[in-house]
Amino acid sequence: MIPLSTIQSTAESLMAKAAIEIPEDYLGGLRACANTETGDLSSFVIQAMLENYEAAKEDRRAMCGDTGVPRWYVKYGNEARPEGGPVAVERALRQATASATRSVPLRPNRVHPLWRTDHDNNVGINAPEIEYAFHPDAEWIDLTTVHKGGLFGSDYRMLFPGDGMQGIRRFFLDTLVGFGKRGLACQPAIVGIGLGGSKDACMVLGKQASCLRTVGSRNPDPKIAAMEEEFRELGNSIGMGAMGFMGSSMVVACNIEVGYCHTGGMPMSVHMFCLSSRRATARIHGDGRVEYRTDPEWFTPYSRRETVAWGEPVSVAAE
Amino acid sequence: MAALKTVELKLPASTEDLRALEIGTVVYLTGRLFTAREGVYKRAIEDGAGMPAANVDLGTANFHCSPAATIEPDGRFNVGAVTATASFRFAKWLDGWFKLSGCNIIIGKGGMTSEIYRDVFVPNNAIYLTTVGYGTGALLGRGIRDVPGVYWRQELGLAQAVWVLDVERFGPFIVESDLDGASLFERENAKIAPGLARLYEGTKPATLRRYGETDDKADEVI
Repeated sequence: MIPLSTIQSTAESLMAKAAIEIPEDYLGGLRACANTETGDLSSFVIQAMLENYEAAKEDRRAMCGDTGVPRWYVKYGNEARPEGGPVAVERALRQATASATRSVPLRPNRVHPLWRTDHDNNVGINAPEIEYAFHPDAEWIDLTTVHKGGLFGSDYRMLFPGDGMQGIRRFFLDTLVGFGKRGLACQPAIVGIGLGGSKDACMVLGKQASCLRTVGSRNPDPKIAAMEEEFRELGNSIGMGAMGFMGSSMVVACNIEVGYCHTGGMPMSVHMFCLSSRRATARIHGDGRVEYRTDPEWFTPYSRRETVAWGEPVSVAAE
Repeated sequence: MAALKTVELKLPASTEDLRALEIGTVVYLTGRLFTAREGVYKRAIEDGAGMPAANVDLGTANFHCSPAATIEPDGRFNVGAVTATASFRFAKWLDGWFKLSGCNIIIGKGGMTSEIYRDVFVPNNAIYLTTVGYGTGALLGRGIRDVPGVYWRQELGLAQAVWVLDVERFGPFIVESDLDGASLFERENAKIAPGLARLYEGTKPATLRRYGETDDKADEVI
């Protein structure tokens, strides 16, 4: 039985870690951008950001004043038994969100869409979002929080098979050029692309690709992995750097995730996880031990399974 | 890499001080400024509430910002990080705002169009400073020395309230518009635009179109 108090205190720690500590993989990617950037203004911006990460860590203050819209990703091991069950876990995550908003502090960003009601704690109707996944043969729970800005840098489009790879390329460029100007997307970014699924799943996959995969990770399909590298280079050849100033620092990494879709369509979404790519993960083991890390390990062979059950060989169409 | 020109600016700033600022210059601020965004504009201008306090209490530099901050039970302010929100959405209120507030510096994210600068900023002797990054929230948080007041906290909530900040070497910012209404972002866009056509070579518009879009990639989406 995993104690509920451990879940809530771990969740509060994660909120602070995400807001304050830039993940090492993103930092390494940004430093690589800085090494090749030749634009004066874009270079200045990246240097200022590198100093900002240090200031945030030293002072234990949020690295960005817009602390985004905090959200949760929960992965249950199939044998995990949290005290009070999943309803109690959800309550603990909502309480941790509210408490951390005051203690870090975070900006209370969440308001009612129509009445603009603000509880000053980032909790409200359908907020924070909590997404769930499961994992076989495990008794741990993985908690991941992501604090992503909410206004610019994401887009969705229903493409068709006839639009082909060039259609994908064009929509990718449209999104980066459109939101890259003036730095609305807060680039250099981890760009996530969702391909396929239904419309809502397409958005979810793309967002997860940007927020839950690390810089340097690769899609297991070698042809998709090659696309990830090609699109990273394409984004960095636009001529645009940080804040939309002339330069070459647009994309720190490009991560693509796919889902089977309607045979007539090829839906696509693009998402940009910003200069404050805020994510933090903890694994709470069955015995109550807690291990913190920055790689959510959200996508796994199990989560990407291709057929009915886990562990079955994929049937080949020709058979 | 050439170092960028850097200026230390005291607040409140005179028109002469602002005339010396060229686009692309890095600026650090010392003095008093205050946060105000759509909630404040709507209340002050559309609802006719006027300003929440006198000029001297607020300063004349308006930051498009909500701080990551909280008010402790004993009334102390705990300000962590501060960064800007995108300013282009607030353009429609600015002419009335300049006249009401007496502000001559707008600080925010991403600037506005040079058309807005010429039509609204230039007649009011105002310039635009953009935050850097975005955003250097922790560095900016370090520059805050005191919070002399928070106004309209009950009416607008913590995020939309007016936070008055006394700051020292608060920055960095970059001069986005000057007193002639030139825009740094538009200058950079113009440099990038000629290369865009090559990127799009071999692609054609998506099969399913959308209403009201531009297909000119030199255009902006704001």
